Amino acid sequence: MGSFWDRENECMTRDRLHDLQSKRLVALVKRVYTNVPYYRNKMHEKGLVPEDIKSVEDLEKLPFTTKQDLRETYPFGLFASPLDEIVRVHASSGTTGKQTVVGYTQNDISLWSELMARCFAMTGADKTSRIQVSYGYGLFTGGLGAHYGAERIGAVTIPTSSGNTQRQITIMQDFGTTVLCCTPSYALYLAETMEEMGIKPDDIKLKAGVFGAEPWTESMRVEIEERLKIKAHDIYGLSEIMGPGVSMDCVCQKGLHVWEDHFIPEIINPNTGETLPAKTNGELVFTTLTKEGFPLIRYRTRDVSSLDYDVCECGRTMARMAKPSGRTDDMLIIRGVNVFPSQIESVLLEMGETSPHYMIIVDRVGTLDTIEIQVELTPDMVSDEVKKIEDLENRIKKNIESILGLSAKITLVESKTIQRSEGKAKRVIDKRKK
Amino acid sequence: MLIKQISIFIENKSGRLADITKLLGENGVNILALSIADTTDFGILRLIVSNPDAAEQLVKDYGLTAKATEVIGISIPHVPGGLASALAVLNEHNIGIEYMYAFVTRSADNAMVILKVGDNYEAIKVLAQAGVKILSKDDLASL
Repeated sequence: MGSFWDRENECMTRDRLHDLQSKRLVALVKRVYTNVPYYRNKMHEKGLVPEDIKSVEDLEKLPFTTKQDLRETYPFGLFASPLDEIVRVHASSGTTGKQTVVGYTQNDISLWSELMARCFAMTGADKTSRIQVSYGYGLFTGGLGAHYGAERIGAVTIPTSSGNTQRQITIMQDFGTTVLCCTPSYALYLAETMEEMGIKPDDIKLKAGVFGAEPWTESMRVEIEERLKIKAHDIYGLSEIMGPGVSMDCVCQKGLHVWEDHFIPEIINPNTGETLPAKTNGELVFTTLTKEGFPLIRYRTRDVSSLDYDVCECGRTMARMAKPSGRTDDMLIIRGVNVFPSQIESVLLEMGETSPHYMIIVDRVGTLDTIEIQVELTPDMVSDEVKKIEDLENRIKKNIESILGLSAKITLVESKTIQRSEGKAKRVIDKRKK
Repeated sequence: MLIKQISIFIENKSGRLADITKLLGENGVNILALSIADTTDFGILRLIVSNPDAAEQLVKDYGLTAKATEVIGISIPHVPGGLASALAVLNEHNIGIEYMYAFVTRSADNAMVILKVGDNYEAIKVLAQAGVKILSKDDLASL
Protein backbone atom coordinates (compact mmCIF):
# COMPACT_ATOMS: atom_id res chain seq x y z
CA MET A 1 0.00 0.00 0.00
CA GLY A 2 1.08 3.52 -0.65
CA SER A 3 3.30 4.69 -3.45
CA PHE A 4 5.37 7.64 -4.56
CA TRP A 5 4.47 10.38 -7.01
CA ASP A 6 7.89 12.02 -6.98
CA ARG A 7 10.22 9.62 -5.18
CA GLU A 8 13.36 11.55 -6.03
CA ASN A 9 12.22 14.73 -4.31
CA GLU A 10 10.17 13.09 -1.55
CA CYS A 11 13.20 11.04 -0.47
CA MET A 12 16.07 13.44 -1.18
CA THR A 13 18.88 13.48 1.38
CA ARG A 14 18.64 16.08 4.14
CA ASP A 15 21.86 17.64 2.82
CA ARG A 16 20.47 18.09 -0.64
CA LEU A 17 17.24 19.40 0.87
CA HIS A 18 19.21 21.89 2.94
CA ASP A 19 20.95 23.26 -0.13
CA LEU A 20 17.73 23.41 -2.12
CA GLN A 21 15.90 25.23 0.69
CA SER A 22 18.75 27.71 1.09
CA LYS A 23 18.84 28.48 -2.61
CA ARG A 24 15.07 28.90 -2.73
CA LEU A 25 14.94 30.99 0.44
CA VAL A 26 17.50 33.46 -0.88
CA ALA A 27 15.51 33.85 -4.09
CA LEU A 28 12.24 34.20 -2.18
CA VAL A 29 13.53 36.94 0.10
CA LYS A 30 14.84 38.88 -2.87
CA ARG A 31 11.52 38.51 -4.63
CA VAL A 32 9.28 39.69 -1.79
CA TYR A 33 11.72 42.51 -0.95
CA THR A 34 11.49 43.76 -4.51
CA ASN A 35 7.81 43.12 -5.18
CA VAL A 36 6.01 43.59 -1.86
CA PRO A 37 6.45 47.02 -0.21
CA TYR A 38 4.90 45.72 2.99
CA TYR A 39 7.59 43.06 3.33
CA ARG A 40 10.30 45.52 2.36
CA ASN A 41 9.21 47.80 5.21
CA LYS A 42 9.05 44.92 7.65
CA MET A 43 12.61 43.96 6.74
CA HIS A 44 13.81 47.54 7.02
CA GLU A 45 12.31 47.75 10.49
CA LYS A 46 14.54 44.85 11.46
CA GLY A 47 17.51 46.42 9.67
CA LEU A 48 17.58 43.65 7.07
CA VAL A 49 18.41 43.65 3.39
CA PRO A 50 18.07 40.57 1.15
CA GLU A 51 21.84 40.01 1.18
CA ASP A 52 21.62 39.20 4.92
CA ILE A 53 19.84 35.95 4.08
CA LYS A 54 22.36 33.47 2.72
CA SER A 55 20.97 30.08 3.83
CA VAL A 56 18.18 28.49 5.88
CA GLU A 57 20.30 29.17 8.97
CA ASP A 58 19.42 32.86 8.50
CA LEU A 59 15.66 32.19 8.51
CA GLU A 60 15.37 33.19 12.17
CA LYS A 61 16.52 36.71 11.33
CA LEU A 62 13.38 37.29 9.28
CA PRO A 63 10.25 38.81 10.82
CA PHE A 64 7.11 36.74 11.35
CA THR A 65 3.98 37.25 9.29
CA THR A 66 0.64 37.10 11.12
CA LYS A 67 -3.05 37.15 10.30
CA GLN A 68 -2.93 40.82 11.34
CA ASP A 69 -0.50 41.53 8.49
CA LEU A 70 -2.93 39.88 6.10
CA ARG A 71 -5.71 42.06 7.42
CA GLU A 72 -3.72 45.24 7.05
CA THR A 73 -2.90 44.45 3.46
CA TYR A 74 -6.42 43.31 2.51
CA PRO A 75 -7.17 42.34 -0.17
CA PHE A 76 -4.13 42.14 -2.45
CA GLY A 77 -1.36 43.96 -0.59
CA LEU A 78 0.83 40.91 -0.01
CA PHE A 79 0.60 39.59 -3.57
CA ALA A 80 4.06 39.32 -5.08
CA SER A 81 2.92 38.95 -8.67
CA PRO A 82 1.03 41.55 -10.70
CA LEU A 83 -2.70 40.81 -10.79
CA ASP A 84 -2.63 39.94 -14.49
CA GLU A 85 -0.47 36.95 -13.60
CA ILE A 86 -2.88 35.85 -10.87
CA VAL A 87 -5.28 33.23 -12.20
CA ARG A 88 -7.23 32.40 -9.08
CA VAL A 89 -8.05 33.64 -5.60
CA HIS A 90 -9.33 31.80 -2.56
CA ALA A 91 -10.42 33.26 0.76
CA SER A 92 -10.94 32.16 4.31
CA SER A 93 -12.51 33.82 7.29
CA GLY A 94 -10.60 36.58 9.04
CA THR A 95 -10.81 37.50 12.69
CA THR A 96 -13.30 40.34 12.43
CA GLY A 97 -15.36 39.59 9.39
CA LYS A 98 -12.90 40.62 6.69
CA GLN A 99 -11.77 37.67 4.65
CA THR A 100 -8.18 36.62 4.18
CA VAL A 101 -7.53 36.62 0.44
CA VAL A 102 -4.84 34.55 -1.25
CA GLY A 103 -3.82 34.53 -4.92
CA TYR A 104 -2.29 31.93 -7.21
CA THR A 105 -0.40 32.21 -10.47
CA GLN A 106 -0.60 29.45 -13.08
CA ASN A 107 2.63 28.03 -11.65
CA ASP A 108 1.18 28.09 -8.14
CA ILE A 109 -1.85 26.09 -9.26
CA SER A 110 0.50 23.66 -10.94
CA LEU A 111 2.64 23.34 -7.81
CA TRP A 112 -0.45 22.81 -5.67
CA SER A 113 -1.68 20.08 -8.06
CA GLU A 114 1.74 18.46 -7.90
CA LEU A 115 1.87 18.42 -4.11
CA MET A 116 -1.72 17.15 -3.85
CA ALA A 117 -0.72 14.42 -6.32
CA ARG A 118 2.07 13.41 -3.89
CA CYS A 119 -0.56 13.23 -1.16
CA PHE A 120 -2.92 11.06 -3.20
CA ALA A 121 -0.08 8.76 -4.22
CA MET A 122 0.68 8.21 -0.52
CA THR A 123 -2.74 6.55 -0.20
CA GLY A 124 -1.84 4.19 -3.02
CA ALA A 125 -3.98 6.07 -5.52
CA ASP A 126 -2.97 6.30 -9.19
CA LYS A 127 -4.59 6.87 -12.57
CA THR A 128 -6.81 3.82 -12.08
CA SER A 129 -8.34 5.41 -8.98
CA ARG A 130 -11.66 7.20 -8.66
CA ILE A 131 -11.41 10.12 -6.32
CA GLN A 132 -14.56 11.67 -4.91
CA VAL A 133 -14.03 15.22 -3.68
CA SER A 134 -16.66 15.97 -1.06
CA TYR A 135 -14.94 19.08 0.25
CA GLY A 136 -16.83 22.26 -0.56
CA TYR A 137 -15.93 23.90 -3.86
CA GLY A 138 -15.66 27.66 -3.84
CA LEU A 139 -13.63 30.25 -2.00
CA PHE A 140 -12.67 27.51 0.46
CA THR A 141 -9.50 25.79 -0.78
CA GLY A 142 -10.57 22.23 0.08
CA GLY A 143 -12.62 21.31 -2.97
CA LEU A 144 -10.57 22.79 -5.80
CA GLY A 145 -7.25 21.92 -4.13
CA ALA A 146 -8.08 18.23 -3.92
CA HIS A 147 -9.70 18.36 -7.35
CA TYR A 148 -6.61 19.52 -9.21
CA GLY A 149 -4.41 16.99 -7.42
CA ALA A 150 -6.78 14.16 -8.32
CA GLU A 151 -6.71 15.22 -11.96
CA ARG A 152 -2.92 15.53 -11.85
CA ILE A 153 -2.45 11.87 -10.92
CA GLY A 154 -4.89 11.00 -13.69
CA ALA A 155 -7.61 9.55 -11.50
CA VAL A 156 -11.27 9.79 -12.42
CA THR A 157 -12.14 12.91 -10.45
CA ILE A 158 -15.67 13.10 -9.06
CA PRO A 159 -16.41 16.67 -7.93
CA THR A 160 -19.46 16.08 -5.74
CA SER A 161 -18.64 18.99 -3.41
CA SER A 162 -20.23 18.88 0.04
CA GLY A 163 -23.79 18.09 1.05
CA ASN A 164 -26.60 15.88 -0.25
CA THR A 165 -25.37 12.85 1.66
CA GLN A 166 -27.56 10.16 0.12
CA ARG A 167 -26.53 11.23 -3.38
CA GLN A 168 -22.88 11.15 -2.28
CA ILE A 169 -23.33 7.54 -1.22
CA THR A 170 -25.18 6.55 -4.38
CA ILE A 171 -22.41 8.06 -6.48
CA MET A 172 -19.79 6.33 -4.37
CA GLN A 173 -21.53 3.03 -5.00
CA ASP A 174 -22.40 3.50 -8.68
CA PHE A 175 -19.14 5.17 -9.80
CA GLY A 176 -16.91 2.86 -7.77
CA THR A 177 -15.17 5.59 -5.75
CA THR A 178 -11.88 4.36 -4.30
CA VAL A 179 -10.66 7.50 -2.49
CA LEU A 180 -12.89 9.89 -0.56
CA CYS A 181 -11.89 13.46 0.39
CA CYS A 182 -13.92 15.27 3.05
CA THR A 183 -13.83 16.42 6.66
CA PRO A 184 -13.45 13.57 9.17
CA SER A 185 -16.79 14.40 10.81
CA TYR A 186 -18.48 14.20 7.43
CA ALA A 187 -16.81 10.84 6.81
CA LEU A 188 -18.42 9.57 10.00
CA TYR A 189 -21.75 11.01 8.96
CA LEU A 190 -21.45 9.27 5.59
CA ALA A 191 -20.67 6.01 7.41
CA GLU A 192 -23.76 6.44 9.58
CA THR A 193 -25.99 7.26 6.63
CA MET A 194 -24.66 4.25 4.73
CA GLU A 195 -25.59 2.03 7.64
CA GLU A 196 -29.08 3.54 7.67
CA MET A 197 -29.38 2.89 3.92
CA GLY A 198 -28.35 -0.71 4.51
CA ILE A 199 -25.09 -0.38 2.55
CA LYS A 200 -22.15 -2.32 3.93
CA PRO A 201 -18.48 -1.39 3.50
CA ASP A 202 -18.09 -4.45 1.26
CA ASP A 203 -20.73 -3.07 -1.11
CA ILE A 204 -18.47 -0.15 -2.04
CA LYS A 205 -14.95 0.00 -3.42
CA LEU A 206 -13.61 2.66 -1.09
CA LYS A 207 -10.00 1.99 -0.02
CA ALA A 208 -8.74 5.22 1.46
CA GLY A 209 -9.87 8.57 2.75
CA VAL A 210 -8.08 11.92 2.72
CA PHE A 211 -9.56 13.76 5.66
CA GLY A 212 -8.81 17.22 7.02
CA ALA A 213 -9.90 20.85 7.37
CA GLU A 214 -10.83 20.33 11.03
CA PRO A 215 -9.19 18.86 14.14
CA TRP A 216 -9.83 15.20 14.80
CA THR A 217 -8.54 12.61 17.19
CA GLU A 218 -6.86 9.24 16.84
CA SER A 219 -10.01 7.61 18.21
CA MET A 220 -12.02 9.21 15.41
CA ARG A 221 -9.52 7.80 12.93
CA VAL A 222 -9.96 4.30 14.37
CA GLU A 223 -13.74 4.67 14.21
CA ILE A 224 -13.72 5.85 10.57
CA GLU A 225 -11.31 3.08 9.55
CA GLU A 226 -13.45 0.41 11.21
CA ARG A 227 -16.80 1.62 9.99
CA LEU A 228 -15.80 2.26 6.38
CA LYS A 229 -13.05 -0.41 6.26
CA ILE A 230 -10.56 2.03 4.75
CA LYS A 231 -7.25 3.62 5.58
CA ALA A 232 -7.89 7.13 6.89
CA HIS A 233 -5.17 9.68 6.07
CA ASP A 234 -4.81 13.01 7.80
CA ILE A 235 -4.23 15.94 5.46
CA TYR A 236 -3.21 19.41 6.62
CA GLY A 237 -3.17 22.77 4.97
CA LEU A 238 -4.27 26.35 5.26
CA SER A 239 -5.19 28.71 2.51
CA GLU A 240 -2.53 31.24 3.52
CA ILE A 241 0.20 28.70 2.80
CA MET A 242 -1.47 26.99 -0.16
CA GLY A 243 -4.53 25.00 0.91
CA PRO A 244 -4.79 21.26 1.54
CA GLY A 245 -1.63 19.31 0.80
CA VAL A 246 0.94 21.27 2.80
CA SER A 247 1.40 18.00 4.65
CA MET A 248 -0.23 14.58 4.95
CA ASP A 249 0.50 11.32 6.69
CA CYS A 250 1.71 8.27 4.79
CA VAL A 251 0.57 4.69 5.40
CA CYS A 252 2.74 4.55 8.53
CA GLN A 253 0.47 7.20 10.09
CA LYS A 254 3.25 8.51 12.30
CA GLY A 255 2.99 12.19 11.58
CA LEU A 256 2.26 14.29 8.52
CA HIS A 257 5.04 14.69 5.94
CA VAL A 258 5.61 18.36 5.21
CA TRP A 259 6.69 18.98 1.60
CA GLU A 260 9.86 20.68 2.76
CA ASP A 261 11.23 21.33 -0.70
CA HIS A 262 8.41 23.91 -0.96
CA PHE A 263 7.61 24.86 2.64
CA ILE A 264 9.96 25.31 5.58
CA PRO A 265 8.25 24.43 8.84
CA GLU A 266 9.42 25.76 12.19
CA ILE A 267 8.16 25.35 15.72
CA ILE A 268 8.36 28.44 17.93
CA ASN A 269 7.49 29.43 21.45
CA PRO A 270 4.29 31.42 20.84
CA ASN A 271 5.10 33.86 23.65
CA THR A 272 8.74 34.64 22.90
CA GLY A 273 8.99 33.80 19.20
CA GLU A 274 12.09 31.73 19.91
CA THR A 275 12.66 28.67 17.69
CA LEU A 276 12.22 25.35 19.48
CA PRO A 277 14.12 22.10 18.90
CA ALA A 278 12.69 19.04 17.11
CA LYS A 279 10.05 16.96 18.88
CA THR A 280 9.08 19.90 21.08
CA ASN A 281 5.53 21.27 21.10
CA GLY A 282 5.00 24.85 20.03
CA GLU A 283 3.42 27.01 17.37
CA LEU A 284 3.80 25.88 13.80
CA VAL A 285 5.29 28.45 11.41
CA PHE A 286 5.65 28.12 7.64
CA THR A 287 7.71 29.85 4.98
CA THR A 288 6.61 29.21 1.40
CA LEU A 289 9.69 28.71 -0.76
CA THR A 290 8.36 28.54 -4.27
CA LYS A 291 4.97 30.20 -4.35
CA GLU A 292 4.78 33.18 -6.71
CA GLY A 293 1.45 34.91 -6.19
CA PHE A 294 1.22 34.88 -2.43
CA PRO A 295 4.51 33.93 -0.79
CA LEU A 296 4.66 34.16 3.00
CA ILE A 297 7.67 34.43 5.25
CA ARG A 298 7.48 32.77 8.66
CA TYR A 299 3.70 32.74 8.79
CA ARG A 300 2.39 31.98 12.25
CA THR A 301 -0.35 29.37 11.83
CA ARG A 302 -1.47 29.43 15.50
CA ASP A 303 -1.65 25.64 15.29
CA VAL A 304 0.18 23.72 18.02
CA SER A 305 2.37 20.89 16.73
CA SER A 306 5.91 19.50 16.79
CA LEU A 307 8.39 18.35 14.14
CA ASP A 308 10.22 15.07 13.72
CA TYR A 309 13.14 14.99 11.25
CA ASP A 310 13.92 11.26 11.53
CA VAL A 311 13.61 9.36 8.27
CA CYS A 312 10.21 7.69 8.12
CA GLU A 313 9.70 3.94 7.68
CA CYS A 314 8.13 4.74 4.32
CA GLY A 315 11.49 6.08 3.13
CA ARG A 316 10.52 9.73 2.91
CA THR A 317 13.05 12.16 4.34
CA MET A 318 10.53 14.97 4.61
CA ALA A 319 9.95 16.06 8.22
CA ARG A 320 6.77 14.92 9.91
CA MET A 321 4.60 17.31 11.89
CA ALA A 322 2.42 15.97 14.68
CA LYS A 323 -1.33 16.20 14.21
CA PRO A 324 -2.14 19.72 15.49
CA SER A 325 -3.22 19.43 19.09
CA GLY A 326 -4.76 22.86 19.59
CA ARG A 327 -4.53 26.55 18.84
CA THR A 328 -2.57 29.40 20.35
CA ASP A 329 -5.46 31.77 19.60
CA ASP A 330 -9.18 31.39 20.17
CA MET A 331 -10.11 30.18 16.69
CA LEU A 332 -12.69 27.41 16.61
CA ILE A 333 -13.24 25.02 13.76
CA ILE A 334 -16.91 24.15 13.44
CA ARG A 335 -18.06 21.83 10.66
CA GLY A 336 -14.81 22.64 8.88
CA VAL A 337 -15.43 26.40 9.08
CA ASN A 338 -12.99 28.67 10.90
CA VAL A 339 -14.76 30.75 13.51
CA PHE A 340 -13.23 33.53 15.58
CA PRO A 341 -15.24 34.70 18.60
CA SER A 342 -14.31 38.25 17.60
CA GLN A 343 -16.40 37.85 14.43
CA ILE A 344 -19.48 37.28 16.56
CA GLU A 345 -18.61 40.23 18.75
CA SER A 346 -18.28 42.50 15.73
CA VAL A 347 -21.72 41.46 14.48
CA LEU A 348 -23.29 42.26 17.84
CA LEU A 349 -21.49 45.58 18.19
CA GLU A 350 -22.45 46.59 14.70
CA MET A 351 -26.11 45.79 15.32
CA GLY A 352 -25.97 47.65 18.62
CA GLU A 353 -29.23 46.17 19.83
CA THR A 354 -27.97 43.82 22.47
CA SER A 355 -25.16 43.98 24.97
CA PRO A 356 -21.83 42.87 23.45
CA HIS A 357 -21.68 40.07 26.02
CA TYR A 358 -22.05 36.63 24.54
CA MET A 359 -21.10 33.02 25.09
CA ILE A 360 -20.43 30.47 22.37
CA ILE A 361 -21.36 26.90 23.16
CA VAL A 362 -20.00 24.31 20.78
CA ASP A 363 -21.08 20.71 21.01
CA ARG A 364 -21.19 17.63 18.87
CA VAL A 365 -24.52 15.90 18.42
CA GLY A 366 -23.97 12.54 16.79
CA THR A 367 -21.24 13.37 14.31
CA LEU A 368 -22.16 16.97 13.58
CA ASP A 369 -20.93 20.06 15.36
CA THR A 370 -23.53 22.42 16.76
CA ILE A 371 -23.04 26.03 17.73
CA GLU A 372 -25.22 28.02 20.06
CA ILE A 373 -24.62 31.68 20.78
CA GLN A 374 -26.09 33.13 23.93
CA VAL A 375 -26.57 36.86 23.72
CA GLU A 376 -27.52 39.17 26.53
CA LEU A 377 -30.61 41.25 26.02
CA THR A 378 -30.45 44.79 27.41
CA PRO A 379 -33.46 46.26 29.27
CA ASP A 380 -33.85 48.76 26.41
CA MET A 381 -34.48 45.96 23.97
CA VAL A 382 -37.06 44.17 26.06
CA SER A 383 -40.42 44.29 24.43
CA ASP A 384 -43.79 43.33 25.76
CA GLU A 385 -44.32 41.64 22.41
CA VAL A 386 -42.82 38.23 21.69
CA LYS A 387 -42.60 38.83 17.97
CA LYS A 388 -40.31 41.83 18.43
CA ILE A 389 -37.86 39.78 20.48
CA GLU A 390 -38.08 36.88 18.07
CA ASP A 391 -37.47 39.30 15.24
CA LEU A 392 -34.29 40.50 16.95
CA GLU A 393 -33.23 36.88 17.46
CA ASN A 394 -33.76 36.15 13.76
CA ARG A 395 -31.84 39.21 12.65
CA ILE A 396 -28.86 38.26 14.82
CA LYS A 397 -29.03 34.75 13.40
CA LYS A 398 -29.08 36.03 9.83
CA ASN A 399 -26.19 38.47 10.36
CA ILE A 400 -24.07 35.84 12.08
CA GLU A 401 -24.79 33.35 9.35
CA SER A 402 -23.71 35.79 6.66
CA ILE A 403 -20.43 36.53 8.44
CA LEU A 404 -19.55 33.00 9.56
CA GLY A 405 -21.10 31.08 6.68
CA LEU A 406 -22.53 28.85 9.36
CA SER A 407 -25.96 28.59 10.91
CA ALA A 408 -25.98 29.07 14.68
CA LYS A 409 -28.71 28.78 17.25
CA ILE A 410 -29.24 32.14 18.94
CA THR A 411 -30.47 32.18 22.51
CA LEU A 412 -31.26 35.50 24.15
CA VAL A 413 -30.55 35.55 27.85
CA GLU A 414 -31.33 37.97 30.65
CA SER A 415 -29.04 40.94 31.08
CA LYS A 416 -25.93 40.63 33.25
CA THR A 417 -26.17 36.84 33.41
CA ILE A 418 -23.15 36.09 31.24
CA GLN A 419 -20.05 35.90 33.32
CA ARG A 420 -17.87 39.03 33.29
CA SER A 421 -14.18 38.73 33.80
CA GLU A 422 -11.43 41.15 34.58
CA GLY A 423 -8.90 39.77 32.18
CA LYS A 424 -9.51 37.89 28.97
CA ALA A 425 -13.18 37.04 28.89
CA LYS A 426 -14.13 33.42 28.57
CA ARG A 427 -16.29 33.39 25.49
CA VAL A 428 -16.35 29.77 24.49
CA ILE A 429 -17.53 26.54 26.02
CA ASP A 430 -16.42 23.66 23.82
CA LYS A 431 -18.16 20.48 24.88
CA ARG A 432 -16.81 18.39 21.99
CA LYS A 433 -14.74 15.41 23.02
CA LYS A 434 -11.04 16.15 22.86
CA MET B 1 -55.63 57.31 30.79
CA LEU B 2 -52.94 54.84 29.93
CA ILE B 3 -51.80 52.26 32.41
CA LYS B 4 -48.20 51.31 33.03
CA GLN B 5 -47.42 47.66 32.48
CA ILE B 6 -44.10 46.13 33.49
CA SER B 7 -42.71 43.59 31.02
CA ILE B 8 -39.95 41.31 32.25
CA PHE B 9 -37.88 39.11 29.96
CA ILE B 10 -37.27 35.73 31.57
CA GLU B 11 -35.32 32.75 30.37
CA ASN B 12 -37.05 29.41 30.54
CA LYS B 13 -35.39 28.30 33.74
CA SER B 14 -37.28 26.67 36.55
CA GLY B 15 -37.75 28.84 39.61
CA ARG B 16 -37.50 32.10 37.73
CA LEU B 17 -41.18 33.04 38.15
CA ALA B 18 -41.10 32.06 41.80
CA ASP B 19 -38.07 34.32 42.37
CA ILE B 20 -39.63 37.33 40.70
CA THR B 21 -43.02 37.06 42.40
CA LYS B 22 -41.25 36.60 45.74
CA LEU B 23 -39.26 39.78 45.14
CA LEU B 24 -42.44 41.72 44.40
CA GLY B 25 -44.27 40.29 47.38
CA GLU B 26 -41.50 41.05 49.83
CA ASN B 27 -41.48 44.66 48.66
CA GLY B 28 -45.18 45.22 49.01
CA VAL B 29 -46.03 45.16 45.33
CA ASN B 30 -49.47 43.70 44.74
CA ILE B 31 -50.05 42.02 41.40
CA LEU B 32 -53.43 42.96 39.99
CA ALA B 33 -53.15 41.13 36.71
CA LEU B 34 -50.56 39.23 34.75
CA SER B 35 -50.00 37.33 31.56
CA ILE B 36 -47.09 35.38 30.19
CA ALA B 37 -46.18 35.10 26.53
CA ASP B 38 -43.82 32.22 26.05
CA THR B 39 -41.66 30.61 23.40
CA THR B 40 -39.47 27.54 23.81
CA ASP B 41 -36.51 29.65 24.95
CA PHE B 42 -37.93 32.57 26.84
CA GLY B 43 -41.05 34.18 28.23
CA ILE B 44 -42.28 37.70 28.73
CA LEU B 45 -44.00 38.27 32.02
CA ARG B 46 -46.42 41.20 31.82
CA LEU B 47 -47.59 42.67 35.07
CA ILE B 48 -50.17 45.20 36.17
CA VAL B 49 -49.37 46.12 39.75
CA SER B 50 -50.69 48.35 42.51
CA ASN B 51 -47.72 50.76 42.41
CA PRO B 52 -46.07 50.55 39.00
CA ASP B 53 -43.43 53.28 39.40
CA ALA B 54 -42.00 51.72 42.54
CA ALA B 55 -42.24 48.26 40.99
CA GLU B 56 -40.39 49.36 37.87
CA GLN B 57 -37.57 50.77 39.95
CA LEU B 58 -37.52 47.65 42.09
CA VAL B 59 -37.15 45.16 39.24
CA LYS B 60 -34.55 47.30 37.48
CA ASP B 61 -32.49 47.70 40.65
CA TYR B 62 -32.70 43.97 41.11
CA GLY B 63 -31.11 43.55 37.66
CA LEU B 64 -34.08 42.08 35.85
CA THR B 65 -34.30 42.65 32.12
CA ALA B 66 -37.45 44.74 32.30
CA LYS B 67 -39.18 47.62 30.60
CA ALA B 68 -42.36 49.60 31.18
CA THR B 69 -44.93 49.93 28.42
CA GLU B 70 -48.28 51.62 28.25
CA VAL B 71 -51.47 49.69 27.81
CA ILE B 72 -55.19 50.35 28.01
CA GLY B 73 -57.42 49.04 30.77
CA ILE B 74 -61.15 48.81 30.26
CA SER B 75 -63.99 47.80 32.49
CA ILE B 76 -66.77 45.84 30.85
CA PRO B 77 -70.04 44.38 32.08
CA HIS B 78 -69.51 40.88 33.42
CA VAL B 79 -72.18 39.39 31.12
CA PRO B 80 -72.14 37.29 27.94
CA GLY B 81 -71.15 39.49 25.02
CA GLY B 82 -69.56 42.14 27.23
CA LEU B 83 -66.11 41.76 25.74
CA ALA B 84 -67.40 41.21 22.24
CA SER B 85 -69.10 44.59 22.07
CA ALA B 86 -65.95 46.41 23.21
CA LEU B 87 -63.78 44.60 20.69
CA ALA B 88 -66.29 45.24 17.93
CA VAL B 89 -65.65 48.96 18.41
CA LEU B 90 -61.93 48.50 17.81
CA ASN B 91 -62.55 46.31 14.80
CA GLU B 92 -64.87 48.90 13.26
CA HIS B 93 -62.03 51.40 13.47
CA ASN B 94 -59.41 49.01 12.16
CA ILE B 95 -57.40 49.04 15.36
CA GLY B 96 -55.44 45.81 15.68
CA ILE B 97 -54.95 44.12 19.03
CA GLU B 98 -51.40 42.97 19.78
CA TYR B 99 -52.48 41.05 22.87
CA MET B 100 -54.96 41.22 25.71
CA TYR B 101 -55.70 39.59 28.99
CA ALA B 102 -58.62 39.76 31.38
CA PHE B 103 -58.96 39.69 35.12
CA VAL B 104 -61.83 39.76 37.53
CA THR B 105 -62.05 41.91 40.60
CA ARG B 106 -63.94 41.78 43.82
CA SER B 107 -66.81 43.53 42.13
CA ALA B 108 -68.88 40.83 40.51
CA ASP B 109 -70.56 43.21 38.09
CA ASN B 110 -67.58 44.13 35.98
CA ALA B 111 -64.56 42.42 34.45
CA MET B 112 -61.35 44.21 33.64
CA VAL B 113 -59.46 43.76 30.41
CA ILE B 114 -55.93 44.92 29.56
CA LEU B 115 -55.39 45.68 25.88
CA LYS B 116 -52.30 46.38 23.84
CA VAL B 117 -53.25 47.86 20.48
CA GLY B 118 -51.54 49.45 17.53
CA ASP B 119 -52.65 52.98 18.39
CA ASN B 120 -53.41 53.58 22.07
CA TYR B 121 -54.84 57.09 21.75
CA GLU B 122 -57.11 56.31 18.87
CA ALA B 123 -58.33 53.21 20.71
CA ILE B 124 -59.12 55.17 23.87
CA LYS B 125 -60.98 57.75 21.85
CA VAL B 126 -63.20 55.30 20.02
CA LEU B 127 -63.81 53.12 23.06
CA ALA B 128 -64.81 56.12 25.17
CA GLN B 129 -67.10 57.38 22.40
CA ALA B 130 -68.79 53.97 22.38
CA GLY B 131 -69.33 54.24 26.15
CA VAL B 132 -66.73 51.71 27.25
CA LYS B 133 -65.25 52.59 30.61
CA ILE B 134 -61.54 53.21 30.45
CA LEU B 135 -59.63 52.43 33.63
CA SER B 136 -57.33 55.05 35.04
CA LYS B 137 -54.31 54.63 37.25
CA ASP B 138 -56.43 55.63 40.22
CA ASP B 139 -59.10 53.10 39.35
CA LEU B 140 -56.48 50.40 39.54
CA ALA B 141 -54.95 51.72 42.73
CA SER B 142 -58.33 51.49 44.42
CA LEU B 143 -58.84 47.86 43.45
